Amino acid sequence: MATSTPTKPITSIEEATIRFCGDSGDGMQLAGTQFTNTSALLGNDVATFPDFPAEIRAPRGTKAGVSGFQIHFSSHEIFTPGDTVDALVAMNPAALTTNVTDLRDGGILIVNKNAFDKKGMEQAGYASNPLEDDSLAKYKLHSVEMTKITRLAVEDCGLTQKEADRCRNFFAMGLVFWLYDRSLDPTLRFIEKKFGAKFPAVAQANTKALKAGYHYGETVEAINTQYQVAPAKLPPGQYRNIMGNIALAWGLLTAAQKSNKQLFLGAYPITPASDVLHELSKHKHFDVLTFQAEDEIAAMTSTIGAAFAGAMSVTASSGPGIALKGEGLGLAVITELPMVVVNVQRGGPSTGLPTKTEQSDLLQAMYGRNGECPMPVIAASSPGDCFDVALEAWRLAVRYMTPVMLLTDGYIANGSEPWRIPEVADIPKIPVEHPGPSSNGDAFQPYERDERLSRPWAIPGTTGLEHRLGGLEKQDVSGNVCYDPDNHDHMCRLRAEKVARIANDIPPQELDGPDSGDLLVLSWGGPYGACATAVHRAQADGKNVSHCQLRYLNPFPKNLAEIFTRFDKVLIPELNLGQLSRIIRAEFKIDTISLNKVTGKPFSVAEILEKIEELA
Amino acid sequence: MSIDTPLPVLKPADFASDQDVRWCPGCGDYSILAQMKKVMPTLGVPRENIVFISGIGCSSRFPYYMNTYGMHSIHGRAPAVATGLKTCRPDLMVWVITGDGDGLSIGGNHLMHCIRRNMDLNIVLFNNRIYGLTKGQYSPTSPLGKVTKSTPMGAIDNPLHPLSLAIGCEATFVARSIDTNVKHLASTLKRASEHHGTSFIEVYQNCNIFNDGAWAYAKDRETKLDTTIELEHGKPLIFGKNRDKGIRLNGLEPEVVELGKGITEDDLLFHNEKSPEPSLAYLLSRMRFEDGFPEPIGVFRSVDAPRYDEMINDQVKQATKEKGKGDLEALFNTGETWTVK
Repeated sequence: MATSTPTKPITSIEEATIRFCGDSGDGMQLAGTQFTNTSALLGNDVATFPDFPAEIRAPRGTKAGVSGFQIHFSSHEIFTPGDTVDALVAMNPAALTTNVTDLRDGGILIVNKNAFDKKGMEQAGYASNPLEDDSLAKYKLHSVEMTKITRLAVEDCGLTQKEADRCRNFFAMGLVFWLYDRSLDPTLRFIEKKFGAKFPAVAQANTKALKAGYHYGETVEAINTQYQVAPAKLPPGQYRNIMGNIALAWGLLTAAQKSNKQLFLGAYPITPASDVLHELSKHKHFDVLTFQAEDEIAAMTSTIGAAFAGAMSVTASSGPGIALKGEGLGLAVITELPMVVVNVQRGGPSTGLPTKTEQSDLLQAMYGRNGECPMPVIAASSPGDCFDVALEAWRLAVRYMTPVMLLTDGYIANGSEPWRIPEVADIPKIPVEHPGPSSNGDAFQPYERDERLSRPWAIPGTTGLEHRLGGLEKQDVSGNVCYDPDNHDHMCRLRAEKVARIANDIPPQELDGPDSGDLLVLSWGGPYGACATAVHRAQADGKNVSHCQLRYLNPFPKNLAEIFTRFDKVLIPELNLGQLSRIIRAEFKIDTISLNKVTGKPFSVAEILEKIEELA
Repeated sequence: MSIDTPLPVLKPADFASDQDVRWCPGCGDYSILAQMKKVMPTLGVPRENIVFISGIGCSSRFPYYMNTYGMHSIHGRAPAVATGLKTCRPDLMVWVITGDGDGLSIGGNHLMHCIRRNMDLNIVLFNNRIYGLTKGQYSPTSPLGKVTKSTPMGAIDNPLHPLSLAIGCEATFVARSIDTNVKHLASTLKRASEHHGTSFIEVYQNCNIFNDGAWAYAKDRETKLDTTIELEHGKPLIFGKNRDKGIRLNGLEPEVVELGKGITEDDLLFHNEKSPEPSLAYLLSRMRFEDGFPEPIGVFRSVDAPRYDEMINDQVKQATKEKGKGDLEALFNTGETWTVK
């Protein structure tokens, strides 16, 4: 289908941020995903922020049940889903009241007028109808009878009224597609694929609703401007849109192929990590075994068993699950078996905020085990980066015979961005060695170390290398049970030193901005985008500020200490109450300034920028 | 190893590791270790393809004393560790060594799920009805009223019966033996090793330090023929020093009867370890000395059922057959993509 006939003026803009919000059954995540894919295909850079409640279906029309999906799309490179919203689609009063404060003054507000009945407004806490009083005067309000028009549009499709109402999200999509001059084709293809064969009536109705929304935009006089956002100039290549959890799963698949290994995932379902399990379960033909364990403990310990077996072994969870894995992680550390432990962080403590993002498991990742129990910790910065970090986690795990903790968070895991598809052949191999059979009769020494302090990965089935691992302290070299005081001291130091030496094997920390200056912004994980954008803006304003995004949290890159000496102040924005800050202070004996937030929401660029301006 | 290479002939001593065995002198574990070493060379499995996985507790030191692959893991988790191992390596013979505390208390959940999945593992549970390694607290199999360090006024939890639990999870192979009944123990271990799927063996094991004599009634030369009954497939349940007593079904309840006086062998309950329904095995597992029954030893149940480790690998094969071997480039390019020039 061709894009719109330009019957109305088209304004070119550089970027826009829109948000669909409605009841959790209203299909807002679908609307957001479709808009994202369409925009990505058009060549925009995109960044998304799906935000949904922990309840699958909270009571209809309530504030607790509001689900939203925000998309920032642009003709230049962007790193965040946007601070404020330029256009908001609210499907009911509860969605309006919980989201409208994020709409900028003068922003476009599209609401489903039919949902503003007495009950709906009561549930949202409106004393009077906001569409009729002038409380929304500062926005460009378009009050649309979405329910009514959608029902009319699909009336000959043979659906029940309830089914017809489920097409409303497609109407809303159609209208917004028109508003931003997007093609309907990708969504039409989606409808055909998803419903075409099995539910032709539903496919037909959704198509009609989508087109009705589009034509509504074209014809209704009240909406008098259409916007265009041109393609962004991204580095050349083949692109696709990708979510963090999917990129992570694909990174794991790739790591397994690049190391010639079977991939074993031991996991227990937990938000927001379950998609890693779902995705890998779909790809058994990549020689993938996914084991949905009875609990997090079994997920962890089966992962240890699979590592002993010689597989590329992975477990994926979120904070509460990692807490349960703590004991197993100790066994993984003392047996010095390679594996990857993924923590897709969410709000804590305890069950906390399952669907909201946070970075409050860093200290858990570093220290959350009994004994002296060092583990390398690395973190992804963006959805696409999850792919690279998964490969790197496995590379370090096998090279150093250690479990590696890989941190992402709900924001990265569920967010999406355009991803330049890598050339498979260009991705380096991950070499793995297993000692071969031995027939000389000498006892095998499972804890004999190489120059990296790494021990051999001898696997069952190898003649002559029979040995026993376990959680009791190991005698150096022989690996026999040993209670000798000096040996224990030596082994604790060896394990720590082995992890510390990884610093020799990781790239030096990169710096975005001048080599020295007034302020260094130091970030890790999800806040990358907001920090990078804020620093770029501050730099453009003449501020003397640079940015470091840490991938390696344990050990830190070797040049980090030296970087700190070149800046007057170090600002650490984190979605926790100062965990990296605490580690940096302890490790480097420098002062740091913390910017902390634990609202379950990511940082906005404005929040970071404001702090930068205060300091530099 | 190629098929043509003959297996080296090994002796029990070849399965002994170079580690000193550190159980208390007189512990029942010694006997179980000795029988295991005796059975190993008869299995036709190369030593390097055998793995012992244990949890924590006295029994769980077992892998250190076997010259095979092994892991002394963490408390209660051996079935889960073994599940990961066996899933990736169905070619290995995997034994799980556990105890009443390790397997039934802290590790109850893993044991239950491992059994219901019918993982091809041989699980040997050493039941001494006490916590030994932590020096004498009551265990989940300690009888009501048991006075221990942590129960000075007597235990008030109803004990768990390992075989009833295993059969409740529809274990496909369930057996019981006794540490001092060495021939029976060896043959039971051997039979367990031959079963495909989860084999669950309870071994009555004496802790001579913290719970000496817990199984005296079943081990004592004077009483054991009256207090235990050896199960044989297809045979009537007869026991007693003079083999003059039997078990008869009265409705759904077993009862002890004396043979003669109008009661013949044909009136007795006949053992059927192949029964697809676990009810008979469950009924046998409920026969307890304290209730006036002889306690069955031998194989309660041995049936075939699909195994998790086999099926999970079959799914990989099936998916590969249907979709071809995974191709990363094709995967990355699924769905909508676009080119930036």
